[in-house]
Amino acid sequence: MISSLITSFVVGGLICVVGQILMDVFKLTPAHTLSTLVVSGSILDGFGLYEPLIDFAGAGATIPITSFGNSLTHGALAEAEKHGLIGVLTGMFEVTSSGISAAIIFGVIGAFIFQNSKTTY
Amino acid sequence: MEQKQFDKIVDQQTPKTPLFVNMLKAFLVGGIICTIGQLITFFYIRFFPFTERTAANPTVATMVFIAMILTGTGLYKKISQIGGAGSAVPVTGFGNAVISASIEHKPEGYVLGIGGNMFKLAGSVIVFGVVSAFFVALIKTILVKLGVVSW
Repeated sequence: MISSLITSFVVGGLICVVGQILMDVFKLTPAHTLSTLVVSGSILDGFGLYEPLIDFAGAGATIPITSFGNSLTHGALAEAEKHGLIGVLTGMFEVTSSGISAAIIFGVIGAFIFQNSKTTY
Repeated sequence: MEQKQFDKIVDQQTPKTPLFVNMLKAFLVGGIICTIGQLITFFYIRFFPFTERTAANPTVATMVFIAMILTGTGLYKKISQIGGAGSAVPVTGFGNAVISASIEHKPEGYVLGIGGNMFKLAGSVIVFGVVSAFFVALIKTILVKLGVVSW
């Protein structure tokens, strides 16, 4: 248990370091950085490389935004395997729904609970 | 003044970003967030019928819930001032972008304010994630059909 905590710490930290390098060295805005990471995650899954990383690092690979791109591609590929080309379109959100639905639901609930102040950004 | 001279002066005047320090901070903050995620994953495997594979989904939802509390109380802003990319890259940063936008635009009304602006900051992530996933999956499916690669 301790060892998987350490691997998730190291791998998750390293993915964030990649993001920091994109911001500082390549002077990308946060939005560009996150989009780049999502696209890399989905390409990595196209080569079948992201799932082994999840097996190795657990939350270290599933918490960073790269896993969002991975699960989009993964859902599309799983559905394409069953139903052919149309599955690419229909399977997209099969796996990844929880992140988006949680963000929408808690976004609305948060807006009900909390008041706007300069501290939220 | 020549452009080169001007560039040189601009270079001298802009504060040097301490790259290594920023990287270290991003590593520590991002690592800690992922370790908390791993602890939540253990919790779901231990007390709910989830496997290591399926526990990622409720973990992400829980992390977004935590992000809501931290965003609403203003703590996430402080974390992101320390962590930089370390707080933006984990899914809590995605949650923070959505939730802070919806809190900020609440005065404009529920439909036009919250509904219209919620994905103002985080929308690009979803758009480019979906577009790239579509093309990656399309190319791979065609390659499989042609017999170049296997699933």
